[in-house]
Amino acid sequence: MAQEPLLQLKGVSKSFGAVQALYRVDFAAYRGEVMALVGDNGAGKSTLIKGVAGIYPFDEGEVYFDGQPVQIHNPREASALGIEVVYQDLALADNLDVVANMFLGREMIQKPWRLDEAAMERKALETLDSLAVTTIRSVRQPVAELSGGQRQSIAVAKAVMWNSKLVILDEPTAALGVAQTRQVLDLVRRLADNGLAVVLISHNLHDIFEVADRITVLRLGQNVKEFIAADTTHEEVVHAITAGALRHVPGMVKNG
Amino acid sequence: MVLGGKSLSLAGYFREYGKRIRAGDLGALPIILGLLVIATIFQTLNQNYLTPRNFVNLILQMAGITTIAIGVVYVLLLGEIDLSISYVSAVAAVFMTMRLRPPDGWPWFVALIAALIFAAAIGFVQGLIITRFKLPSFVVTLAGFLIWNGVVLILIGNGGTVIIQDPVIIGIANYFLPALWGWIVVVGGAILFAANRVMSWNTRRRRGIASTPALVVALQGLAIILAAVVVVSIANQDRGVPFVGILLLILLVGFTFLAERTPFGRYVYAIGGNAEAARRAGIQVQRIRVLVFMISSFMAGMGGVILASRLRSVDTAAGGGSLMLNSIAAAVIGGTSLFGGSGRVISAFLGALVIASVENGMGLLGLSAGVKFVVTGLVLLLAVLVDAISRRGRARSGVA
Repeated sequence: MAQEPLLQLKGVSKSFGAVQALYRVDFAAYRGEVMALVGDNGAGKSTLIKGVAGIYPFDEGEVYFDGQPVQIHNPREASALGIEVVYQDLALADNLDVVANMFLGREMIQKPWRLDEAAMERKALETLDSLAVTTIRSVRQPVAELSGGQRQSIAVAKAVMWNSKLVILDEPTAALGVAQTRQVLDLVRRLADNGLAVVLISHNLHDIFEVADRITVLRLGQNVKEFIAADTTHEEVVHAITAGALRHVPGMVKNG
Repeated sequence: MVLGGKSLSLAGYFREYGKRIRAGDLGALPIILGLLVIATIFQTLNQNYLTPRNFVNLILQMAGITTIAIGVVYVLLLGEIDLSISYVSAVAAVFMTMRLRPPDGWPWFVALIAALIFAAAIGFVQGLIITRFKLPSFVVTLAGFLIWNGVVLILIGNGGTVIIQDPVIIGIANYFLPALWGWIVVVGGAILFAANRVMSWNTRRRRGIASTPALVVALQGLAIILAAVVVVSIANQDRGVPFVGILLLILLVGFTFLAERTPFGRYVYAIGGNAEAARRAGIQVQRIRVLVFMISSFMAGMGGVILASRLRSVDTAAGGGSLMLNSIAAAVIGGTSLFGGSGRVISAFLGALVIASVENGMGLLGLSAGVKFVVTGLVLLLAVLVDAISRRGRARSGVA
């Protein structure tokens, strides 16, 4: 598929003081595809997605969204473009029910200032239906009563409810058991099949080969390689993560 | 499989309810049982306990604490605390009383509104200090507790007592509705309330969202109306429905609406449950917190006015004694968690009812203040234990 990427980063860099977290990284995510972002601890995965999410700006490089050059200064601008991030801690309020969590901060209002519970519940049900999240007994139960996989599903559903085009998932299966992981991976696949661009950060190569279409490997803040998942093997990817060729040796004086 | 659901069947509804109870989600059940136990004990010990006269007294006695406790519920929902409530209530009452004093006294409504605004302003300042300097609310409001205690003493001076002469202000806690008006207001209100519930149930049903069975909604509505009828008929055998009882109902309904039906209330719960999630959702966490401390002080001021009206005066003891502890205890006994995010406005009413019932009963028995404190303390302990045990049950069932 030689289509144009939805999100494209060209040569982005980011440093924190003396630490070069990202150095001239290229990255792309495509509509209807799951792009896995892998790399060892400290490879720059989080820095990359935080830049895209508008948590902080990249020092240099270009960001294209839908073919247009964009600058993302804060999370609100990212949301406005249609970029949603599901962080590892999910950011759910345990004491609120599923509907309240999905609409938190963006409640639907009935005339003066009254929550339109019926409309919100309706839309929450529709969203969960469209994602085939069916294991939840009631959308009116507190999130605290849900399993880890269900919570992850709610966080994802919350992210995609707002006409988002790109969903970034940070380690969605890290804390889950086998059956729960299955549930979430199926959900990730469905997001892509529904036409969204999905970026999946994970340490688990098994999960990645199960759902990803492409794999981008980062190592020491640089991108080593982009693989087509179907054309590569575990060994190749592991090798790239641990010993992939770097264009710039860390510590070497970099000079334009 | 309620997803995309229809109305639950009656059996299904009760099965769900039973499941919740067994899982430890007891709701108001322990309190209602507790109240029954309290009533039985005191009635066997003293035949004057369950009389129309004492019933009306109970409403008068619990009005002040309930009002203050409503504000406490909001603060506790955030996971914060407000220790200054008792003396904020006293300051508001003293302020109003002094502004009413002839010869150049203000009209009652000006003095009342000014006192309430003054109270809210105290909450604004305390809330601002807590949020801006990231200080624990415990310490800031403890300072407030001392400061406003001092201000009360300074304002009243050595005079000791300031009498309230304004008939309207005295009427707040001393006026009783004529029998007919009691019927019209209370039962009429109950019918409106029940009708509202039926309508919102109908809206949900029309939009095809899982709703409770029609029979349950109908029974709930009838129960509300029936309760209103019982209350009015008992009160009318004595002096009638006290005005302050109506005021309490309005406050309870209003603040329940604010907590459960508006975005503001939703944000209060969200911040209490997970402040970071609320912040990321774009909620202005600090602004909400300041507003909640304003609500707390405002309700304290309102409670202070009710207490002063009942005594027809304020003195240097205003806000003292066990007022602060009882108000916080009321919210907690009623089922509001100290850890934030869990509780309802009605718990202010239920908890205050328990405390006032115990105090009232022991007063009838002529027991000393020492015994009252011990028993109230034990009730508080029991309430927290029940909550902790049921919470453990809930956590267990949550994993399933």
